[in-house]
Amino acid sequence: MIQVFVFYLFATLVIASGVMTIASRNPVHSVLWLILAFFNAAGLFLLIGAEFLAFLLVIVYVGAVAVLFLFVVMMLDVDFAELRAGFANYLFPGLILAIVLLAEMVAALIARGQGHIDLSGQQVTPPPGSPSNIVALGEMLYSRYLLIFEAAGIILLVAMIGAIVLTHRKRSDVRPQTIDRQVRRRPKDAVVNMQPGVGEGMKL
Amino acid sequence: MIGLGHYLTVAAVLFVLGVFGIFLNRKNVIVILMAIELILLSVNINLVAFSVFLNNMIGQVFAMFVLTVAAAEAAIGLAILVIYFRGRGTIAVDDINQMKG
Repeated sequence: MIQVFVFYLFATLVIASGVMTIASRNPVHSVLWLILAFFNAAGLFLLIGAEFLAFLLVIVYVGAVAVLFLFVVMMLDVDFAELRAGFANYLFPGLILAIVLLAEMVAALIARGQGHIDLSGQQVTPPPGSPSNIVALGEMLYSRYLLIFEAAGIILLVAMIGAIVLTHRKRSDVRPQTIDRQVRRRPKDAVVNMQPGVGEGMKL
Repeated sequence: MIGLGHYLTVAAVLFVLGVFGIFLNRKNVIVILMAIELILLSVNINLVAFSVFLNNMIGQVFAMFVLTVAAAEAAIGLAILVIYFRGRGTIAVDDINQMKG
């Protein structure tokens, strides 16, 4: 019984925070609502028995993506009031589109309820004796899907390099460290032995 | 008892919210990116729900890759946003087509 209650709690909160994400006036609030949505989605995953993805959701989304959003929102000094000027204009067509989309999905759900797709053994608890979620996922990921796993790593690498290249800029008003000049420098360029005569002093 | 339908309903509502959010905040790119994150989250909920109820781990493996791509997309999108803002001082999408070329 508690599962039903917790499911409805998480589901309600996920949807409510989703609404607040898109309707919030201040983008900082939007990001915070998005974080709440991710937390509750992680709760939903946990409830269904996908522990690893639940933790991944919290670590990747809340820990990295949402913080990235927060950084950008706070870094860009944008006049957000001006950006919301067209809010009411798009409200009506957007609402119609959303209702149509939702109606289609509900229709699909009802149609599925009528049969044809056999979901025998609708069970949340895994069959006894099966390995835990992380073990099962890891065994698949590192054997059969190894190539795709590495491709995902390459995608992340490309995204990282791309983001750095895009946002990197040369500035003329600062004096940065030029590492190649430092490395090229040898003692004979910098240090000179002198043998000044008595009473002559140094000639530099 | 909570079944597959419940999870699919939550995911469907979340997906619609994401699409609606793109329409609602036509000018604010940051909120559009967040709406895309909501859409990808709903896709993930679908994948995980089917994976568990059909007793097939492939769905969760796939959800992980969706997560990866979503993170990469957010990073690149925000980087583009930052350079766009640096050049123009605004992030209104209306005149973002000047970026072509």
